[in-house]
Amino acid sequence: MSISSTFHKWGSPRWFYQFSGRLLPWLAILSLLLLVGGAVWGLAFVPADYKQGNSFRIMYIHVPAAAVAMGAYMTMATAGAIHLIWRMKLAAMVMKAIAPIGASLTFLSLLTGAVWGKPTWGTWWVWDARITSVLILFFLYLGVIALHQAFENRDAAAKACAVLAIVGAVNIPIIYWSVEWWYSLHQPASISFTGESTIHPSMLRPLMATLCGMYLFFGWLLLLYTRIEILEREKNTRWVQDLICGESR
Amino acid sequence: MSEPKLLKLVIAVLHRDIVASLRRGSEWSNPLVFFVMVCALFPLGIGPQPDRLADLAPGILWVVALLASLLATDSLFRGDFDDATLEQMLLTHQSLYPQVLAKTLAHWLVTGLPLSLLSPMLGLLLHLPGEGTVPLMLSLVLGTSVLSFIGAIGAALTVGLRKGGLLLSLIVLPLYIPVLIFGSSAVKAAIEGAAYLPQLAMLGVFFLGALAFAPLAICGALRISVDQ
Repeated sequence: MSISSTFHKWGSPRWFYQFSGRLLPWLAILSLLLLVGGAVWGLAFVPADYKQGNSFRIMYIHVPAAAVAMGAYMTMATAGAIHLIWRMKLAAMVMKAIAPIGASLTFLSLLTGAVWGKPTWGTWWVWDARITSVLILFFLYLGVIALHQAFENRDAAAKACAVLAIVGAVNIPIIYWSVEWWYSLHQPASISFTGESTIHPSMLRPLMATLCGMYLFFGWLLLLYTRIEILEREKNTRWVQDLICGESR
Repeated sequence: MSEPKLLKLVIAVLHRDIVASLRRGSEWSNPLVFFVMVCALFPLGIGPQPDRLADLAPGILWVVALLASLLATDSLFRGDFDDATLEQMLLTHQSLYPQVLAKTLAHWLVTGLPLSLLSPMLGLLLHLPGEGTVPLMLSLVLGTSVLSFIGAIGAALTVGLRKGGLLLSLIVLPLYIPVLIFGSSAVKAAIEGAAYLPQLAMLGVFFLGALAFAPLAICGALRISVDQ
């Protein structure tokens, strides 16, 4: 199969709908297994931390949510670039689907971080470099969502969001770097947040499981949202009408 | 297109935009009035103690200047969009890049530059220590130019929308953060007697980066807004 035919195939929403339909159950089963399994493993079977007690266990949700939220933004920007360069409609749908998922994951990581911070640091919120960066990432997601909603014309919305996502992606390293710089300038590093690298293997393994689970979960949600978007946009085509009427008949 | 012609185009657009905004008056004066008014709110909200205000002054001045610049950005392409000048700009066989560059520079000259020049006076009102005055002005001169370029991307994206104003701030504010960090820290460093040139140098880097790359995004965004 040549590259161009593969490309055309991926550009076809109908093909993608059928292809993703076959993928969905596997993604769902695998991600739920890994997430639930990893969470039970981490919550019930991993020994308590000698310093933090049981509160560290929230990292089995917190770390995967944060990691996937960051990766999701880059995916969104890449999809946006693909849409702008090759006018691939599917990329626009993927981009639209990612924004709310990424924003929710970012919010989840901020929320779990705050819940963890209260017993550990004695405060819900610290203006730490990493927390601030994630907060800004959350703002960037909200901006994309708000921009998308403001347009009535769907194609213009997709293109505008693609431009914004790309500008945001170019800026993310600059923002991260300047926030790091700001933090190191203004606050002494009294608490070390880099303890994760010295984590004990018994704690790390469930984390790996929930991390993989979260990636798969993201993929699952992404496919679901994209499929809804495909149906919505292609509702006037024959294959969607056949699909819907065929099911209800 | 030969180089002198390109330069001529830039100068023509600059001239047109500057004259237009100067004649309109409110375009350059409103951000200044906003700057003064909001700065005057802070002592009322925080309390009039000079040392406390002096402590907060670099941050307040920078944040309010940033907001004033943001509010002014909304009108950057609005007039040209409404009377279809923008469409004509896209239709001419002249490249869009220099025109956008000139428009953004003109916008900065009538909003960001006056803000920077006015800032020492507001520094006095907020008891900003004297050592901070020059760095404040310099950092604002460099910083507001970057803000204009970033804001222009947002303005170009939202110019076709009826409810652009608030949306513009939502999408642009996160991108302003690096400028704010380096701008206000230049002033703070100067007050503490430390070197502030590194921060200004970083703002200069941002300016050059924005000068080179932001017009690309602005051009793309304008095409989308006009096409829809």
